[in-house]
Amino acid sequence: MQFKTLLKTLPLLMLAAGLGSAAHAADVKLGLAAALTGPAAKYGVAIKNGFTLAADEVNAAGGVNGNKLQLIIEDEQGKKEEAINVFKKLIFKDKALLVFGPTLSNSAFAADPIANAAKVVAFGTSNTADGITAMGPFTFRNSVMEADVLPVTTRAAVKHFGIKKVAIIYGNDDAFTKSGYDVFKGTLADQKVPVTTTEAYAKGDVDFKAQLTKIKASNPDAIVCSCLTEEAANIILQTRALGMKQPFIGGNGLNSPKLFDIAKGAGDDTIMGSPWSPENLTPANKAFIAAYKAKFGSDPDQFAAQAYDALHVVADALKKIKLSGAIDKDRIALQQALPSVTIEGATGKFAFRKAPAVTGKEVGYDAQQEAIVNIAKGGKFILLK
Amino acid sequence: MLEQQLINALSLGSVYALFALGFTLVFGVLGVINLSHGAIFMLGSYAALLLIEHFALPLWLAMLAAMLVSGLIGLAVDCLVLRPLRARNAPHLAPMIATIGVATILTSLAQGLFGAENKRFPVGTIPEESYNWGNLHVTAVQIGIVVISFILMLVLLAVMRRTQLGRALRAIAESPKAAYLLGINVEGLFYLTSFAAAALGGAAGVLVGLSFNAITPFMGQPMLHKGIAVIILGGMGDIRGAMIAGLFLGFAEVLTVAYISSDFRDAVGFGLLFLILLVKPSGMFGKVLERKA
Repeated sequence: MQFKTLLKTLPLLMLAAGLGSAAHAADVKLGLAAALTGPAAKYGVAIKNGFTLAADEVNAAGGVNGNKLQLIIEDEQGKKEEAINVFKKLIFKDKALLVFGPTLSNSAFAADPIANAAKVVAFGTSNTADGITAMGPFTFRNSVMEADVLPVTTRAAVKHFGIKKVAIIYGNDDAFTKSGYDVFKGTLADQKVPVTTTEAYAKGDVDFKAQLTKIKASNPDAIVCSCLTEEAANIILQTRALGMKQPFIGGNGLNSPKLFDIAKGAGDDTIMGSPWSPENLTPANKAFIAAYKAKFGSDPDQFAAQAYDALHVVADALKKIKLSGAIDKDRIALQQALPSVTIEGATGKFAFRKAPAVTGKEVGYDAQQEAIVNIAKGGKFILLK
Repeated sequence: MLEQQLINALSLGSVYALFALGFTLVFGVLGVINLSHGAIFMLGSYAALLLIEHFALPLWLAMLAAMLVSGLIGLAVDCLVLRPLRARNAPHLAPMIATIGVATILTSLAQGLFGAENKRFPVGTIPEESYNWGNLHVTAVQIGIVVISFILMLVLLAVMRRTQLGRALRAIAESPKAAYLLGINVEGLFYLTSFAAAALGGAAGVLVGLSFNAITPFMGQPMLHKGIAVIILGGMGDIRGAMIAGLFLGFAEVLTVAYISSDFRDAVGFGLLFLILLVKPSGMFGKVLERKA
């Protein structure tokens, strides 16, 4: 009996507490759902750092229209189920004005519909899969799709090395490497570059020599690799052990200093496209890298850069609207202000563009951004000129 | 291309065989499918890595020490998990399930201690030379793997076939009760077997870590799957069978990639396993099942 009474009064108490804090705080609450533990934590932690850095900067400069930004950070563990839980908590309990994240595309497909139904912006900074922004008008992302980056990378590589034909190797049981492969396949067809052979490997494989021997026999001018860093590094090393000299072409998965920790000089001449590069020496990027190093004592990566930019995009949108205090109204005002934001961030010039239309459905907004093409020289990526 | 693929297959197959050796030894003597063998293999790799990184041990010494470390872990698993189950005469499934638990604990422990990222042996640990004959490329590591695997396999085979110890072990495999009545120290030899099997697993871990630069807490799982296939193909508990089946699986995988498609690499290995189970359920060289029945 007592327990039942408690169950009845608890929501009321929580509601009262919620109203109480909303009335006093002039903080703008922004939710962040990131994978802070589990295998995707290496991305999630960088994302959290990027957001924290940017929020501190904005607040140190007096906030937005006098309001301080308050990040509410929750761990979604890189799992769909947790992403759903965290989104619900941030939207319905914490009353966040918008939710950043989640970290993985898989999780975004599960959690973003909740935000769309509640008319709250879900802002992804690392979701590159196709179709994310088709989920609804409240889904935004500033992560550049592989579909935008890889054609630019491939064209640059073909020109740089005078490539006539390529071989492909990719991981066929991972959403990211598989979708990268699909994009490469379409791109190579569009650009009329013949593929000599296509080889696959599975998660956990460490011996790629059988596939590489077959690739060697097909005699390509370059090897396209839709792989994660650690696999890519071993693939490169094993290629060299087989006496092959071909350059590699890859996507985001290769964009990590870890590539050279493992492959050392063998990784030279690898061409990789990414929205962000530490070698891109614009003032905004230089300032970001210096501030990140000072705060966290390590070098930032692309995930931190995109998170950092995302907060500045939202801060810019917040400048354009006047918050009423009525959360539903403010959430919609933010959604309407976002598409017109343009900034010059760590990842360069940024703007939104409406996602490709889907019949009978309103869509969200993708990133409109230039890809940066890099080439590995002396154990690091430099800009390909 | 075929010569190169055969060399790839030989080095891959000998790793599978070496891994499966300890696995099959434990089954042969203790009658237990020890599913923590993959985790012990992984810890052997980390043990050598830590010894080389922190104490700058030469590779051969680090490898021996890693075998000792993984052997002791195997012994601990036997004392803490398998022995109590033996003492209680637990049904066959119990030790198998218990070792799944052990594997999960060891993997989580390794993830907590060493992180989830790939580690590799420091540059310079591994001889970087490679030998070329025309289009054929063989690295020193590949030669090392094949040679060390074969030495360990032949030593084990000789011990089993030619020594008093081997005779005692085979007697236990036949019937622990009869062996006990004959005055054989059955419990002691169970410990020794668990130790030796884990040490062999650790050696395989070091060799895989050396050749593929990919030491992770999760490296044991895929290897365990192959190991299960190998010991079933070779006949559960049969050491010679495990050697031949290990090499066979290596060749099957590599030739699948070469002549069919890399998409079917794992499918062909396990498809063959299925076929053999249909045709000869005791495996290619197995007698154990009939014997036990």
